[in-house]
Amino acid sequence: MKNFIITFLILMVVWVLLNNTFQPDILLVGAVIAVFLSLFMCKRCELFQDMNFTPKGIFYTIWFLGVFMVELIKSNLDVTKRVLNPALPIKPGIVEVKTKLKSKFARMLLANSITLTPGTLTVDVVDDSFFIHWIDVKDEDIKSASKEIVEKFEKYLEVIYG
Amino acid sequence: MEILELIGAITTLTGSLILLVASIGLLRMPDVYNRLQVGTKATTLGTILSLLGIILIMPGWWGKLVLLIFFVMMTSPVSSHVLARASYFIKIPFTDKTVVDKLKVSAKARKVEYEKK
Repeated sequence: MKNFIITFLILMVVWVLLNNTFQPDILLVGAVIAVFLSLFMCKRCELFQDMNFTPKGIFYTIWFLGVFMVELIKSNLDVTKRVLNPALPIKPGIVEVKTKLKSKFARMLLANSITLTPGTLTVDVVDDSFFIHWIDVKDEDIKSASKEIVEKFEKYLEVIYG
Repeated sequence: MEILELIGAITTLTGSLILLVASIGLLRMPDVYNRLQVGTKATTLGTILSLLGIILIMPGWWGKLVLLIFFVMMTSPVSSHVLARASYFIKIPFTDKTVVDKLKVSAKARKVEYEKK
């Protein structure tokens, strides 16, 4: 039921944004299509099952987006600095980090965020280990690398997805 | 109105400058993984800034442009992750500067690779 409602809401928001209008007939068509699509696609899916919709969860979602945008801008400045430096200061390597997150959706979000933050790119995910290509390896140890890369996002995702 | 247009133009210009840096990075970086790094990050912010500038210039289009920004943000890390993973498993070589490869020595990762065959 929860999955159904969330899928329906996402489809409705996309429909309204695409049409850019609130006319009742267009809204009605969108609602009918959205109900059918979410019934059809969401029989077995449990993608949003472990999401917490408490006020705290929603607050942390917004805060997480803010942190994410700041990290994205920081990573771009970092990339610009490296690319334009004549010496090309890179020290690449693949390191392993561990995550405490259980939910699949949260892990997906974490992997995406890691890819978009300074100097890191998720290469492979096996169970709870992420293998990350790091453009400037500061520490090869699992624990300290996890602290450096994962922790700043993990604490928010942990609250949102329990 | 004119001020909005000016801010929009500046934002779009910043976005295209970031895209320029991304293309210079593609030329300068030594191997495929580092190129993906530059490609993902810089193109994401560059595209987002260009679209934000267009929103400021053409406020009527905001719905579609916000959707576009969202899709770029969700899909570009996924595609670069898949590209990096594929190039690792078909053994595209690293550059000489590479210091460590934990994926190679990890027993867990090797198990997964064998299971696929």
